[in-house]
Amino acid sequence: MVGITAYGGGIPRLRLNRMAIMQNMGWFAPGLFSAAQGERSMCNWDEDTMTLAVGAARDCLKGMDKKTVDAVYLASTSLPFSTRQNSGILASALNLQESGLVTADVTSSLKSGTTAILTAIDALKGGEKKSVLVTAADARPTKAAWFFEMWYGDGAASLLMGKDKVIAEFKGAHSVSCDFVHTYRGAEAKFDYGWEERWIRDEGFTKIIPEAMKGLLQKCGLTMKDVSKVAFPCYLGKRVHGDIAKTIGVGKDQLVDNLHEVLGDTGAAHPLVMFISALEKAKPGDKIILASFGQGCDALLFEVTNAIKDLPQRNGIQGSLAHRKEEGNYAKYLKFRELINVEMGIRAEATKQTALSALWRHRKMVLGMVGGKCKACGTPQFPKTSICVNPSCDAVHSQEDHEFADKTGIIKSFTGDLLAVSVDPPAVYGLVQFEGGGRTMADFTDCEFSDVKVGQKVEMSFRIKYYDDKRDFHGYFWKAVPRV
Amino acid sequence: MATGIRDKVVILGMGCTRFGERWDAGGAELMVEAYLECIQDAGIEKKQIQAAWFGNCFPEIGLGQSALPLSVSLRLPNIPVTRVENFCASGTESFRGAVYAVASGAYDICLAMGMEKLKDTGYGGLPEFGSNAGPRNFLVQPSITAPGTFAQLASGYAAKYKVADDVVKRGMAHVSAKSHANGVKNPKAHLRKAVSEDQIMAAPMIAHPLGLFDCCGVSDGAACAIVTTPEIARSLGKKDLVSVKAIQIALSNGYEFGYNEWEVDHFVTTTIASKRAYEEAGIKNPREELSAIEVHDCFSITELVTMEDLHISPRGGAIKDIMDGFYDADGKIPCQIDGGLKCFGHPIGASGLRMIYEMYLQLLGRAGERQLKDPKFGLTHNLGGFPFMNVCSVAIVGRYGK
Repeated sequence: MVGITAYGGGIPRLRLNRMAIMQNMGWFAPGLFSAAQGERSMCNWDEDTMTLAVGAARDCLKGMDKKTVDAVYLASTSLPFSTRQNSGILASALNLQESGLVTADVTSSLKSGTTAILTAIDALKGGEKKSVLVTAADARPTKAAWFFEMWYGDGAASLLMGKDKVIAEFKGAHSVSCDFVHTYRGAEAKFDYGWEERWIRDEGFTKIIPEAMKGLLQKCGLTMKDVSKVAFPCYLGKRVHGDIAKTIGVGKDQLVDNLHEVLGDTGAAHPLVMFISALEKAKPGDKIILASFGQGCDALLFEVTNAIKDLPQRNGIQGSLAHRKEEGNYAKYLKFRELINVEMGIRAEATKQTALSALWRHRKMVLGMVGGKCKACGTPQFPKTSICVNPSCDAVHSQEDHEFADKTGIIKSFTGDLLAVSVDPPAVYGLVQFEGGGRTMADFTDCEFSDVKVGQKVEMSFRIKYYDDKRDFHGYFWKAVPRV
Repeated sequence: MATGIRDKVVILGMGCTRFGERWDAGGAELMVEAYLECIQDAGIEKKQIQAAWFGNCFPEIGLGQSALPLSVSLRLPNIPVTRVENFCASGTESFRGAVYAVASGAYDICLAMGMEKLKDTGYGGLPEFGSNAGPRNFLVQPSITAPGTFAQLASGYAAKYKVADDVVKRGMAHVSAKSHANGVKNPKAHLRKAVSEDQIMAAPMIAHPLGLFDCCGVSDGAACAIVTTPEIARSLGKKDLVSVKAIQIALSNGYEFGYNEWEVDHFVTTTIASKRAYEEAGIKNPREELSAIEVHDCFSITELVTMEDLHISPRGGAIKDIMDGFYDADGKIPCQIDGGLKCFGHPIGASGLRMIYEMYLQLLGRAGERQLKDPKFGLTHNLGGFPFMNVCSVAIVGRYGK
């Protein structure tokens, strides 16, 4: 049996109230009002597609055996690097084995998430692969005061595909591929360009998706009535999504909410996000259609199995949606996305060149938060060094790799620094003591300074550490997230 | 068997510039200013200086690397000159080099110079180096600043001793208020203005809970010493001699930062270096025997916890001593009688020698308005780096033969 063995969600904590966009820019674009319901997710200043992907993938791998993962596919239309394989960063952040692993970026279309799943299924069916991690993520840049800013959200979803303990069995798929251009972004462009929504609705969504679904149902020998849930994206708001469903014969109770009011459309990740939101509520025996949209449509059918009851606890989409903080300050959103040019001061001009040779040497430490554990005295330590840090041990070359990313910690000391260069001052950081031993001085993120206390628990999160605008290099490292 | 440095070397002369935002002077001019006072005080000629040490931390914004900035600025006659850098202990390290060279018998007369020109960055605070801080550090070190790392002592200390945050903040305010009161009397200080505890507590935040007045200034300056043996000093006609009683350096080894024990409440290095210094100087009870101390008050909280690390206040007892006025100018052990880093600012390489300069003046009765009554031992202390990983120096000077 081939199918899904686990899922994970990666929605950023911040939610921009759409009325904040309206209130600030309604004078200029009053039409935005039609889309100004609810909220959209937004990346913190130190989050992007890559960090959301890592968050979703970590959630997906909770309680799973990551040593067996032999392929990592990352689907997105907003990856930080054009060359330097982004799925390679993801694999390093997850500290997956390097030898025997295939990594691939699947990109350039909003249907790339489902295409990655189909590719994973092919690899599993062919017998070459045992466990494939498919992650889809998007945090797309948009111009200020335009519908894309209203409709889009930032987010990621991850599916582990395999043959053992399958929680949703793959039953079949049908794809339609055609050069329908509803939006596009040129290779040199920063923002999407799009055609009229009415045409996209009538000629795109309403025609292409049913064609794929029809093919799928025929292949599976089923009718729409046999299906419990249908997840297909539509970024044009909740009402249009419902209208399209009606036109193509998907019932109200079958339609999976496009999460417009609480999330926005997360691009290549969105079909997976919606599918997982259905899977979280599904019963064994439920049949769920997962469909995408973008230069065609991939439609896949899964049937939920009994094994879903045994899946270890995870945040998923529900959990990461529930972990939210509303942001009503539109100017903050603009700064976080570098849509306004704010004076950062001379201190911020310090050079940020990355020594690629040092990054390679320290890749496990930097990307994977891997430290050492002394075989002689058992002391966990970060970083891993040649001589044990325990003063009464002093053993040489005694340390084996020790992962800290999944350890919780306790805050030993902290500050809120207004001198340090920060996009969102004060820069909050402090000493973190890990459960079971080991400690580090870490930046804190996703927290309010006034909530931070000595003794508070933290979890580690993969984040943007710096962006070198001179060399277009995104630097990542781990930060501590205080638990409230 | 090593016998330590006590009374093997004396200070022949010292000089110190006015510290401050010296827009008028570069590093070379500052060094010449300190040197001219020093050589005049020593009463010797340049050619009698046989070797020199130069303490300087940030050559990137100063005169560049090596000891050439010192040899060229003073036009030293091709003698050996060595640059030393050990964060904020750089000045004391240069003094240590010169003192050890004399004590070894390799030279008769040596010079130590500490200098830092910080105010050529264009912004407040210490310079920001970005990826020039080292390729690995840049990849993993949080975006820390000096105030941000030292500030954490306050949260660690409060948690360890279960002291309310506002009690710690008040103790810190008294530290700064006392130093400001002292600095008013020092013409060479950068900041010469009395500030009340309430003003200090109400100041804008820099790095929580450190407000503006909990932080020392950033300034330019240089200080200089010429050292020799007691015999040579006598032969040159010097009567009252100030001798070196102890110089100790202790460096972190990663324990605080990497092992599981340290609670961000004290300095491991200061605790060790001061104990060694007392042994070297023959001091058994520092609380009773020290006459005055100049400690590294880069931030008020640093001074607060240092009072315990120097084994003067008991653990958890610094705030009480501070609030009781034990370290005030009229207290049992005046601390920062010259105004401290708080009023002098902190030109990194110069600070250690600036502290020794004050003790030298005090011991010779030349401290003017600030003169303490009959001082015997003066201790100076530097702390470079961060609470979690640092370099500590402790020096003790006193009257020779007493």
